[in-house]
Amino acid sequence: MTTVARDPVTAADPEPPPTKPAAGPSRHRFRAAVGFAFGAALLFAVAPLMLSDFRLSLLAKYLCVAMVAVGIGLAWGRGGMLALGQGVFFGLGGYAMAMHLKLADAGPGNMPDFMLLYGQLDELPLWWRPFASPWFALPATVLLPMAVAFVLGSLVFRRRVRGAYFAILSQALAAAMVILLIGQQGTTGGTNGLTDIQGFFGYDLDDPVNQRMVYFIIAGTLLALLALTRHLMQSRYGELLVAVRDSEERVRFLGYDPATVKLVAYVVAAGMAGLAGALFVPAVGIISPALIGIVPSIEFVIGVAIGGRATLLGPVLGAVAVAWARTALSERFPGTWTYLQGLLFVVVVAFLPGGLASLIGLARRRDREPADADPPAGLFARLRRRREAA
Amino acid sequence: MTEQLHGLYVRDLRVSFDGFTAVDGVSLDVAPGDIRFLIGPNGAGKTTLVDAVTGLVRATGSVRFGDRELLGRPVHRISRLGVGRTFQTSTVFEELTVLQNLDIAAGARRGWATLLRRRHGTPDEVAEALEIIGLASRADQLAGTLAHGQKQWLEIGMLLVQDARLLLLDEPVAGMSHEERDATGQLLEKVSRDRTVVVIEHDMDFLRRFARTVTVLHAGKVLSEGTVAQVQADPRVQEVYLGHPVDAGTAPTPTEA
Repeated sequence: MTTVARDPVTAADPEPPPTKPAAGPSRHRFRAAVGFAFGAALLFAVAPLMLSDFRLSLLAKYLCVAMVAVGIGLAWGRGGMLALGQGVFFGLGGYAMAMHLKLADAGPGNMPDFMLLYGQLDELPLWWRPFASPWFALPATVLLPMAVAFVLGSLVFRRRVRGAYFAILSQALAAAMVILLIGQQGTTGGTNGLTDIQGFFGYDLDDPVNQRMVYFIIAGTLLALLALTRHLMQSRYGELLVAVRDSEERVRFLGYDPATVKLVAYVVAAGMAGLAGALFVPAVGIISPALIGIVPSIEFVIGVAIGGRATLLGPVLGAVAVAWARTALSERFPGTWTYLQGLLFVVVVAFLPGGLASLIGLARRRDREPADADPPAGLFARLRRRREAA
Repeated sequence: MTEQLHGLYVRDLRVSFDGFTAVDGVSLDVAPGDIRFLIGPNGAGKTTLVDAVTGLVRATGSVRFGDRELLGRPVHRISRLGVGRTFQTSTVFEELTVLQNLDIAAGARRGWATLLRRRHGTPDEVAEALEIIGLASRADQLAGTLAHGQKQWLEIGMLLVQDARLLLLDEPVAGMSHEERDATGQLLEKVSRDRTVVVIEHDMDFLRRFARTVTVLHAGKVLSEGTVAQVQADPRVQEVYLGHPVDAGTAPTPTEA
């Protein structure tokens, strides 16, 4: 592979050239650049031209779900943490944004409409006040979920809670958050959530042009998160994360603390979910407990599982496909979608644990590409390996 | 590789699980640069001893490597003091390549700035280890596709790049062919030049060829200790471990631990 020698970074490196370079990093980078350009063209040109305003705003919503999925792909696919409660972080981001927008809608010094309606409060609660400032609210949409994930992860990973126990714990957290929100109706809007959001930093959200702008922001953010995740996956940290997923004990004997390794991926995934929640609010105009509880938390994961949890794009495509299928099918067969979704999930998990993306990976491995970031071995890959071993 | 050699000094080590004492007051010294074999019947406490040294199970007593006490530290801290081990079943990261396995083993001291960047090329110590364990031509192969013996070598290679100064190997040649055993033995002789090696092994032929000293454990206690010849001649070893005298003509030369 002569491409390696031309790579400026490798050339400047004092280390000796690799004894046997696989697919050169510059080739990888080239393929990624083409992929990103293609994705950008699709999101920024094709979709806005082809889709009606209504469909485009639906796509904006799906792309928010996809952002959550990217984070789950990192935490679950690469780190082995089945994060079944990402709705919590999605909700924290969403509520932080919605609180700011409600306060901005109400105008300085005024209380949001629902507080006046319920009439339990004479003045704005103390914990609402900082959200009036965009300088607090915007960073909070990301940092708040990350902080919660940090505290939770520190407690949980050090005690070596994993697998199903971790999944159940995160699920319980989602349930607890919903109960809390509903219970505090006077300050959180209860079951209704924070609704009827009109403006977005001075722009009227009813205006289709501004809706389109929101869509572009979301599409751009998703691409940026994908770039970040791709970098993380290909860094040494990404390799270490896979090692922790496959054999936590072994990593510990190499001198690492696996709890820290997992914590980073979990916190990053929480930040992504928070950002997704924050952007979901202007796209849809509402955030409510029903959007962040147990059911949506599971749906986030289903999309990831179907798409292919250990890959970069699998979770995105899976999340968008599932969300789209849900809209399309539940328009026509309202009662059956839930069953279909469950069936799809079972089929994929049972027969294609690497998700649909592993089909591509399988095809690629056929041309003897040394896969450096493999999805967890799917049924076919396992069968094939067994056949080779025989 | 200029760091000085350290020895392993175990004093009155005890490990109990729910009232069952797996290691019952073991004391032993492994000299710096030694290749010490630990043998004993099943349940003698060999693996538990290694588990205690590496922090996997709680123990009382004292375990020093050089002048550092190991007991009471968490696993990853003990590892950073230069203590590395392998397991009976090989535990390489099967979904990663040989190179990635070694690179991760080399990296416990790396800071986040390095971790969050991509690996470029092959670090020197990794390239060196690839040569030593003879897997240079398989650097980009997934570790899961290696043959059994190669996985064991990869594990030893991971200990080398980890810069472990004390290698604790749990049945490294189990399931290996004759040629692979010879290669493994030579590998151990090579690495013991600047490291201390402790091997748990059942294979007597392998032991006779490569052990410098031997400790026999029985029911959680040290039964005998010395050179291969001394231990083989010990009547208690013949009785307990081998079940019958190996060589009736040899005069008993008891050696105390």
